[in-house]
Amino acid sequence: MKSWTKTLCATALTGLPALALAAGAFEGEVTKQATNWHAIIMFFLFVAFTMGITYWASRRTRSASDFYTAGGGITGFQNGLAIAGDYMSAASFLGISAMVFDKGYDGLIYSIGFLVGWPVILFLVAERLRNLGKFTFADVASYRLQQTPVRTFAATGTLVVVALYLIAQMVGAGKLIQLLFGMSYSSAVVLVGILMVMYVTFGGMLATTWVQIIKAVILLGGASFMAFMVLSTVGFSPEMMFQKAVAIHAKGAEIMAPGKADPIDSISLGLALMFGTAGLPHILMRFFTVSDAKEARKSVFYATGFIGYFYILTFIIGFGAIMLLLDQPSMMETVVKNGKEVTQLIGGSNMAAIHLANAVGGDLFLGFISAVAFATILAVVAGLALSGASAVSHDLYASVIKKGKANEADEIRVSKITTVVLGVIAILLGLLFEKQNIAFMVGLAFSIAASANFPVLFLSMFWKGLTTRGAVVGGFIGLISAVGLIVMGPAVWVDVLKHETALFPYKNPAIFSITLAFVFTWLVSVLDKSKSAIEEKAKFDAQFVRSMTGIGAAGASKH
Amino acid sequence: MNEDILTRVQNNPKFKELVHKRTRLGWQLSILMLAIYYGFILVLAFAPNVLGASLSGGTTTVGIPVGIFIIVSAFVLTGVYVRKANTEFDQLNQQIVEDAKQ
Repeated sequence: MKSWTKTLCATALTGLPALALAAGAFEGEVTKQATNWHAIIMFFLFVAFTMGITYWASRRTRSASDFYTAGGGITGFQNGLAIAGDYMSAASFLGISAMVFDKGYDGLIYSIGFLVGWPVILFLVAERLRNLGKFTFADVASYRLQQTPVRTFAATGTLVVVALYLIAQMVGAGKLIQLLFGMSYSSAVVLVGILMVMYVTFGGMLATTWVQIIKAVILLGGASFMAFMVLSTVGFSPEMMFQKAVAIHAKGAEIMAPGKADPIDSISLGLALMFGTAGLPHILMRFFTVSDAKEARKSVFYATGFIGYFYILTFIIGFGAIMLLLDQPSMMETVVKNGKEVTQLIGGSNMAAIHLANAVGGDLFLGFISAVAFATILAVVAGLALSGASAVSHDLYASVIKKGKANEADEIRVSKITTVVLGVIAILLGLLFEKQNIAFMVGLAFSIAASANFPVLFLSMFWKGLTTRGAVVGGFIGLISAVGLIVMGPAVWVDVLKHETALFPYKNPAIFSITLAFVFTWLVSVLDKSKSAIEEKAKFDAQFVRSMTGIGAAGASKH
Repeated sequence: MNEDILTRVQNNPKFKELVHKRTRLGWQLSILMLAIYYGFILVLAFAPNVLGASLSGGTTTVGIPVGIFIIVSAFVLTGVYVRKANTEFDQLNQQIVEDAKQ
């Protein structure tokens, strides 16, 4: 079951190829499980409810601003939940608890890496982003630069990140649903694709945000209940929990300490996670859904709180699974991997949280958690699709092709058509990649976001000297070097292409590709003595005043 | 934004104050967060035994409270910034916007 574990880890651990590789130890197919009616009924309740919301949202979605950013009418608290929802993917829930279940303390290390980018986004980026942008991060990057080249670059960066992320989510969804619901892989992929298109085309950002909020609330609720039940079995003493876990785990006391890690890889991973988060188009877009900079900063505060709380819960859930599942023969199965018989959790370690749900809450709660896991995938892919669609309609169609003279109705129509096309592509790629090793894809998405989108966005806001030429050359160098180094690295060169040794020794290229992007953006900008470069630098002061004060910023639309 | 408003804002001492204070706090907190996180990464890379040592003779290791501390510190630091920004910075900003309109 190697591909399954890897897939889920990849989806889950967004940006952790190293981890996905470490965790994946199975080979072969996912076995379809018996049909789980509790889960299916609860999932359809979720779908019915969110479809109702989509209908409600569709009646409130008229202008382009409604469609892309819910009219800027989301509050900081709601947006904080939605951001947390975008971050707490199904796989993050299952994957990190599995990581804790397998390796103990290392799981906590990875979740910390995902969290610490948020404060930095708040301190340096969030308010400026909100004050300068309207619908997409390209609005900010191209604020004083030439529209056509910069938006083309930003749209490319967005679409590449969205496509890689979508494939990982679709494949993860298909496998997860086979395991949880007993549905076939292809019907699961098609179902996810269709629901994603419906949420986005009918309900736009308003529906997408509310689907995300509802999911975040039920996921946090479910995970809190599990952690509470785990702690109640040990009289709310973490020490007791750790003792029991150490006594039962094959690795013993090692699960309480960090494992071995290469320093360069660790630092590189930390950079990819931190700056990748600040370069993910579907996350950046969330900052335009609130009315002003004040609400934008509140959203990050709430999001950081919810995400941090969630990671503490997954840590407890992982240890709970060790304590409550490992000594239950009925929860284990024996499989053959690499020619050896191995005893493992039924369905693999990624099922740890699911089995634990059964152990602490019975069949009904198992169904609930399974349905939540599926709902989570839906919410995440909807956000991705909207972000990809806006890059095509707002950046490419309205700004590059129509030179800013597109009418709003046409722009929205292009966006909806793009969403349908993205849905079809996502389904096809999901089917195509079913049996492929895609563990590297989310890692690649994070590295590209950190190496291409982030440097250009950051320098456009902070450095007066940035010119169009510098942004485009530096950005594409970041993009190409991130892709190239991952392909030459162990995740693709060895694991996918089956070569003996990797051409590039590190699993995570971010430390190199981010540096390259910054150096070339700087160098090309400094050497750029063109007339337009001088004009672009001159426009910085006005941009700076707006980014600081919000004077002239797009406000919330009133209905 | 027209030239008039731009120069008025730029020449407003309150604007300079806002930029100075906000930028300084933003970088200070960012550097603090980065120092905490990369300090942790460096300990992991070069002295993992420190985190694996028993906290007070029991099974719980030093790494557990350190990990929780980093998660909590991320939340607390965002809280510090938001509190400062919502009160002091926003007030200053409001005055700058008012001044620019006249």
